[in-house]
Amino acid sequence: MSRQYVIRKILIMIPSLLGISLVLFTVLAMAPGDPFEELATNPAVPPEVRAALRAKFGLDDPVWTRYLHWLAAMLQGDWGFSFVSRMDVDKLILQRLPVTLIVIGSSQIIAILVALPVGVLAATRPYSLFDQVANTLAFVGFSLPTFFTGLLFILVFSIQLDWLPFVYRANIDATGWQFYWEHIKQSIMPVMVLGLFQGASLVRFVRSSVLDVIKLDYVTTARSKGIGERKVITKHVVRNALIPVVTLVALQLPIVFGGAIVTEQIFRVPGIGSLLISAMLANDTPVVMAVTFVIACLVVFFNLLADIIYGWLDPRISYR
Amino acid sequence: MNEHELRGLIGKVKAGKMSRRGFVQRMMAVGIAAPFATQLLVHSGVAMAQSKGTYKPTKRGGGGPLKVLWWQGPTLLNPHFAVGTKDQDGSRLFYEPLAAWDAEGNLKPKLAAEIPSRENGGLSADGKSVTWKLKQGVTWHDGKPFTADDAVFNWQYAKDPATASVTIGSYQDVIVEKVDQYTIVVKFAKATPFWADAFVGTRGMLIPKHLFADYIGAKSRDAPTNLKPVGTGPYLFKDFKPGDMVTGVINPNYHQANKPYFDSIEMKGGGDAISAARAVLQTGEFDFAWNMQVEDEILSRLEKGGKGRVEVTPGGNIEHMQLNTTDPWTEVDGERSSIKTKHPTLSDPAVRQAIALLIDSKSVEQHIYGRTGPATRDFLNNPPRFRSKANPIEFNIDKAADILEKAGWKKGADGVRAKDGKKLKFVYQTSINQPRQKTQAIIKQAAQKAGIDMELKSVTASVFFSSDVANPDTYTKFYCDLQMYTTTMSQPDPQLFMNQFTSWEVSTKDNKWQGRNITRWRNEEYDKLFRASENELDPVKRAALFIKMNDMAVQNGVVLGIVQRPGVAAVATKLNASISGWDNNTWDLSDWFKEA
Repeated sequence: MSRQYVIRKILIMIPSLLGISLVLFTVLAMAPGDPFEELATNPAVPPEVRAALRAKFGLDDPVWTRYLHWLAAMLQGDWGFSFVSRMDVDKLILQRLPVTLIVIGSSQIIAILVALPVGVLAATRPYSLFDQVANTLAFVGFSLPTFFTGLLFILVFSIQLDWLPFVYRANIDATGWQFYWEHIKQSIMPVMVLGLFQGASLVRFVRSSVLDVIKLDYVTTARSKGIGERKVITKHVVRNALIPVVTLVALQLPIVFGGAIVTEQIFRVPGIGSLLISAMLANDTPVVMAVTFVIACLVVFFNLLADIIYGWLDPRISYR
Repeated sequence: MNEHELRGLIGKVKAGKMSRRGFVQRMMAVGIAAPFATQLLVHSGVAMAQSKGTYKPTKRGGGGPLKVLWWQGPTLLNPHFAVGTKDQDGSRLFYEPLAAWDAEGNLKPKLAAEIPSRENGGLSADGKSVTWKLKQGVTWHDGKPFTADDAVFNWQYAKDPATASVTIGSYQDVIVEKVDQYTIVVKFAKATPFWADAFVGTRGMLIPKHLFADYIGAKSRDAPTNLKPVGTGPYLFKDFKPGDMVTGVINPNYHQANKPYFDSIEMKGGGDAISAARAVLQTGEFDFAWNMQVEDEILSRLEKGGKGRVEVTPGGNIEHMQLNTTDPWTEVDGERSSIKTKHPTLSDPAVRQAIALLIDSKSVEQHIYGRTGPATRDFLNNPPRFRSKANPIEFNIDKAADILEKAGWKKGADGVRAKDGKKLKFVYQTSINQPRQKTQAIIKQAAQKAGIDMELKSVTASVFFSSDVANPDTYTKFYCDLQMYTTTMSQPDPQLFMNQFTSWEVSTKDNKWQGRNITRWRNEEYDKLFRASENELDPVKRAALFIKMNDMAVQNGVVLGIVQRPGVAAVATKLNASISGWDNNTWDLSDWFKEA
C-alpha cells in the first residue's frame, strides 16, 4: 500500500462530497415547508417580522446563489447559522457528535464481539445445533427493525422490569464510579438495539465467509502439517475470511447511521440523529443540511478507511 | 347576556353579594374568557383577587432535583426570540415578566410590586397609560440590581425591527418611559382596554440591559447571553444543549422568600409524546411532561399506574371548521377563492345551517379526543362546564335534511342534493393527523345521510401550515370548500383572536395570503363591532361586543367550533404544579413543590 494510493483515494472524495452537497442542497431547497411557519400561525407576530427574518437569512434568493453562498462559507469553515436556535450550526453539531460516535462506536464493537466468535464457531461446525440456533437468531435479529426492538426493550426492561431508564441524559450529576455506572446503565438499551441489529447480519457474513475459506486447500495443508485446530482457525482461516467482512462493516455504516437516527429518537439520545429529526420538524434547513452532510462525510470517510484496511489485511492486493 | 345584565352582576360583586369566582364563571358561561372577565372587574373598581397561595415549604431548597420532560426541547433561550411555547417555557426558567396570568385569569405580580389598578393609580382614567411599580431589591443572577432602566431597555430592544424579535407586536405601538428608579409608565396612542400585554405573560419576560445593550438591532444574534441566560428567575443557568437539555441550579438570592423548593432543574427534550407520558405516569423517571398529544384512552390507561396524573388546563385553543364564502373553483386574476367571487352553494344560508347541524361534536369528543377535546360550537371559547347558552351543540341529520329540502335542494338519483343544476358536493381539507382524519370521517358520514357529498382531503402538516406562496394546499389559501384545524388563542384577550373575521384581514393574493381572515367573510356590522371593541373603554360594553362577534360568526355559519383543545400535562403524583392556560407551562415554576 503506497502513499500514492491513499492520496488518490482522498482526492476522489472531493468531487463525491461536492456532488452530495449539491444534491442535498437542491432537494432541501425544493422541499416544502417554512422555517418560520410557527411565526405565520401566531397572530401576535406581524408578517413584517417574518419577512425581515427571511431577508436576513437570505431565504428569498434563488437556489443557485444560496448554494454558492453556502459552499463559499463552508470552504471558510462556516457551517451556517441555525434559523431556529439562532446559533452557529457547527456548535450545535459538535455538542451532539460525541454522543453519536460513542453510541455507534460501542454498538459496532458489541456487534463485532458477538458476530466474530459466533460466526466462526457456526462455520466450523456447519449445520450443528449451535449453527442452526445462531442462524435462526441472526435471521430474527436483522429482520426486526431497530424502532421495533427499541420499543420492545423499553417495554420489557423499563416498564415491566423497571431495571433501566429509557430517557438518556447526557449530563449526569454524579462523580466517580456512580457517574460511569449511570452512563452505562442508560446506554445499554440503545447500544444493544443497534449492536444486535448490526451483529445479526454480521454473523451471517462471517459464517459464510469463514465457510468459503475453511474448505480451501491451504487450510487442509495447514491441518495436515499438524498445526492445532485453534491456531489453524485464528491464524489461517479468520484473517483471510475477514477481508470481505471489513468491507461490509464499512459499507454498512450508512445503515447504522440511519438506524441510529431512529434509535436516538426513541431513547432521546442527544446525538446528531435526534438533532436531524428536530431540525427537519422545524424546517431548520441549515442544520438539516449540515447534519446530512456530516453523515455523508462520515460514510465517505469510513469507505476510505475500509479501502486502507483492505490493503493492510491483504497485501497481495495492490492498487495502481 | 346584554350590557345591562353585566352591570347588574358587577354591582353584585362590588356589594359582596356575589363572589369574584362566581362572576368569572358566569362570564365564561356566556363566552367571555376568564382573564377578560377579571379585567372587567378591575376596570369597574373591584380589586383583583390575590392568586391563591398554596405554597407549603417553609425554607428555600431541599427538594432535590426537578426533572421535567418537553418532548420538543427548547431550541433557544432568549424570550424575545422564543417562537414556540417550548422556547418560552425554557426561557421562563430564568426570566420573568412583570406579571403573569394564573389559571383563573388573574394577574399575579412577578417583578412588579403590585398589579396596576384604578385604586392604586396604576391605570389612568382615559385608558391611555399604565404605571407599573417595580419590585425593589431584585437582582439579576450576576448580582446587578433590576431597575426601571431594564424594563425600558426591553421595550427599545423588542420594538426595533432590526432585532427581529417575535415580541415586537406587544411593544411597537406603545411608548415606555422611566418615571423613577422603580417606576415605569406604558403609554398608548389611543385608549386601550387591554393594557396587560407588554411586560406581561409569555411575551413579557425581561432581559438584563447591562448584558444586551450592545446587541440591540442587527447585532442581536451575536449576544453571548442569548445562549447563557442571566435573568431574575428561581433558577440560575447551568447548561444548555438546544433541543436536548436545559439545566439550572437554585438561585440562592431569589426575590421571593422560601422559594424555590427544588435544588436544581433539568428540562429534557426530544422523543415523542407517548413515551414522555410513560416516563411520568408509568415509570416515574420524570416529574412533569408537557403537551400530551396522546389519545385520551392511552393516557387513562397509563394513569392507572398510579405514579402520576393527567392535568387538563382550559385555554382558548379551538379545533374548528371554516366554511368558504368565496368560490374556490374559479380563478380570478390568478387566484382562487378570490373575494370577487361568491361560493356557488355555500352562499345559501340554509346550506350553512344544515352543515352546522351535521357536525357531531359530541361524538368527536367521546370517540376521539376524550378529556383533551371538550365539544363546543363557539369560536371564542371557555371550559365546557361554562358553555355559552347562545350556541348549543345540535346534531340532527333529519333537521338538516328538512332545512335543505325546504330551501329547494332536492335529492338526485345519486343521493346528492342539487338545486338549479348545482350539486352539494364539497371538498373538506385538513392536515394529516390521525384524530383529524377520524373527525373528517364522522362528519362526512353524517353529511352523506343528509344528501351532502364530502370529498376528504388531507395535507401534510408542514405544507398545510406553511406560508409557501407557491403551494396551493396551504390553509391560508383555502382552495377548497371546507377546512378544519386548530387556531390558538395565545393571548388572554379576545381582540387579536377575533380579528380573524374582519374585512381588512382577508387573506388574498395581494397580501401574499398573510391576512388572518381565511374564510374571507366580510360583514359591515362585524367590522363596526370590532372597531368599537378596539377603543371601547367601558369593559362591560366591550364584553358585550365580543359576545356579539362570536355569535355573528357562528350563527352565520362562517366558522363552527368542533372541540376545544385545552392544555394537557402529565404530572407526578406528589408534584404540586400550577398550570395556566393563559400563560406558559412554567409561569409559576418558583411555586412548584413536592408534597411530603
